[in-house]
Amino acid sequence: MGSGNRQKLDNPVMEWVDSRLPVFTMMQKEYGVFPTPKNFNYFWNFGAIAMVMLITMIVTGIALAMHYTAHADYAFDSVERIMRDVNGGWLLRYLHANGASFFFIAVYIHIFRGMYYGSYKQPRELLWMLGVLIFLLMMATAFMGYVLPWGQMSFWGATVITNLFSAIPMVGDSIVTLLWGGFSVDNPTLNRFYALHYLLPFVIVGVVFLHVWALHVTGSNNPLGIEPKGPQDTLPFHPYYTMKDTFGLLAFLIVYAAFTFFMPNALGHPDNYIPADPLVTPAHIVPEWYFLPFYAILRAVTFDIGIPFTDIVLIPAKLGGVLAMFGSIAILFVFPFLDKHPVRSSRFRPWYRPALLLFVVTVLVLGVCGGKPAEGFWVPLSQLGTVYYFAFFLVLIPFFNKKEPVLELPPSINDAVLKKNEKAA
Amino acid sequence: MKNFFLTAIAAFCLAVPSVQAADTGHIELPDIEWSFDGPFGTYDRAALQRGFQVYKQVCSACHSMDHLAYRNLSALGYNDDEIKAIAADYSRMDGPDDEGEMFERPMRPSDNFKNPYANEKQARYANNGALPPDMSLITKARVGGANYLYGLLTGYVEPPEGFEISEGQHYNAVMAGHKIAMAAPLSDDVVAYEDGSPTTVDQYARDVSHFLMWAAEPKMEDRKRMGVMVILFLLAFAGIMYKVKKKIWADVKK
Repeated sequence: MGSGNRQKLDNPVMEWVDSRLPVFTMMQKEYGVFPTPKNFNYFWNFGAIAMVMLITMIVTGIALAMHYTAHADYAFDSVERIMRDVNGGWLLRYLHANGASFFFIAVYIHIFRGMYYGSYKQPRELLWMLGVLIFLLMMATAFMGYVLPWGQMSFWGATVITNLFSAIPMVGDSIVTLLWGGFSVDNPTLNRFYALHYLLPFVIVGVVFLHVWALHVTGSNNPLGIEPKGPQDTLPFHPYYTMKDTFGLLAFLIVYAAFTFFMPNALGHPDNYIPADPLVTPAHIVPEWYFLPFYAILRAVTFDIGIPFTDIVLIPAKLGGVLAMFGSIAILFVFPFLDKHPVRSSRFRPWYRPALLLFVVTVLVLGVCGGKPAEGFWVPLSQLGTVYYFAFFLVLIPFFNKKEPVLELPPSINDAVLKKNEKAA
Repeated sequence: MKNFFLTAIAAFCLAVPSVQAADTGHIELPDIEWSFDGPFGTYDRAALQRGFQVYKQVCSACHSMDHLAYRNLSALGYNDDEIKAIAADYSRMDGPDDEGEMFERPMRPSDNFKNPYANEKQARYANNGALPPDMSLITKARVGGANYLYGLLTGYVEPPEGFEISEGQHYNAVMAGHKIAMAAPLSDDVVAYEDGSPTTVDQYARDVSHFLMWAAEPKMEDRKRMGVMVILFLLAFAGIMYKVKKKIWADVKK
């Protein structure tokens, strides 16, 4: 962040500011001439897209907060008032509600890209871990945001998820009481969730800042997974990637707008248009779609884990499910340290690539399982999915470390790009 | 080519539809062609007015619509005087006045729809313990929306052989569990239409479902109109940016 060898700026006002606080020099260095591998594909758009979605959520969210009433008796009505009587209120709310979904879509694709091209590997381990932290914060924020309209799914979703913490031995019940602010999900719960829902996005902004900072230290990975070897391998960020990102962003926004304006409730649950009623439990309590894979993992553990041939239960089913669910995120944190294979990109990893694609299919299947009632063949299917989810990290990755062949990598990015274009010509 | 392939995967990921639509079991909902379907669909003002008439004369005896005010009826094509007259048919408690007394007065356009019951207890007492749900959001609060509502209102058919119905319950083809506390609310000729539309259960059910879709989503027409503009703008902007990107990148990869 230091000014280093600062070049004098022509504009006297900019120069006055820059000599005291080198913001222009920094922007020029980090977003103007920042050397970026020249072989990005469109998967590299999703970081910028996620950033735009974060800003969209904060802007619409602050405007919504001006009209929302965080009280169990008034929350539902105040949301309806926003929809009916506040100027442009329906637009704000639908942008915000669908924005959450599209933020997750962008981030899921962003995470997939990181896994596919090995962006988590040395020297980008911390960059990846900060990303997982952002993902975790997003999940907490989204969960608490979904509670705020105080509909049936808000209330019962909050009840189910907060109750999970009661599975923790010794302190579980105290934690749940603390989360609720009482002895059931009620007005104090709504109030603290609202306060935290307003706070956490700004924490996310802070961690995003660290995430981007770390990125600008190591530089971006690229589809070949080999480091740039010189100027012939890179392009200045502006205008090449500013323009490419803008195009990709607009394509993404078209889909986002299509949902917001033409099927704004397609990703939500009809039950959330019924005011919360502590006396009526919905037939199927389901979280928002972006949590469904983790919800399936939670429900996949239907058995107590104990010492065989005795009645001693070490981990009751509920705790097992909770551990599995949190474990499925925690394992992402340590992913860079599990995978020690020297090659980054899946393009040059004949074994990792199909295993990862199967992993993606597994997560999608788990998502479907999470949306279904926990009965019939959905239960063994969830269990199968859960087993592969963890086996991918704990069995296959260590196995690949030892046995997966190391293919020959192209000598440089430029070389590979030239060769590809020769072929295409 | 490979880039195109990856882009296609990315686009596909975006298109993965919602997988959480609640399980409606084996219940088949009717599929009515509504004027408000599709990206350019709008409400039919005549149907909305007829639907409001059905709500007012039939449903409102038991079902509240707390989120609507009489002023909202201007969207149905009623003028100010008509709305004043509709509101004035009802009265509410107001006050306290200058002497500290509560008083009853006729409703005004700014008042919310009259709730048929003073409170939930009274509503349950009058309905055999069942609570008639508020109608403001009913089409958005049920899987299938207006189709579900139409199916429910026309779904009072003979129960299959051996189906047990307890007292105060009625068989309905669409209701979850096929048991509903509400007796068939509509029958032919219960509401006199002024525009010559058929006075049948089918027509009543269509009209009132149409009206309740509007009640749940009154800003739908604004939303779709804005949506068309937004999508056109984004398409044009994306087209321009695609060309810009192509031109800027033209001198790279050679």
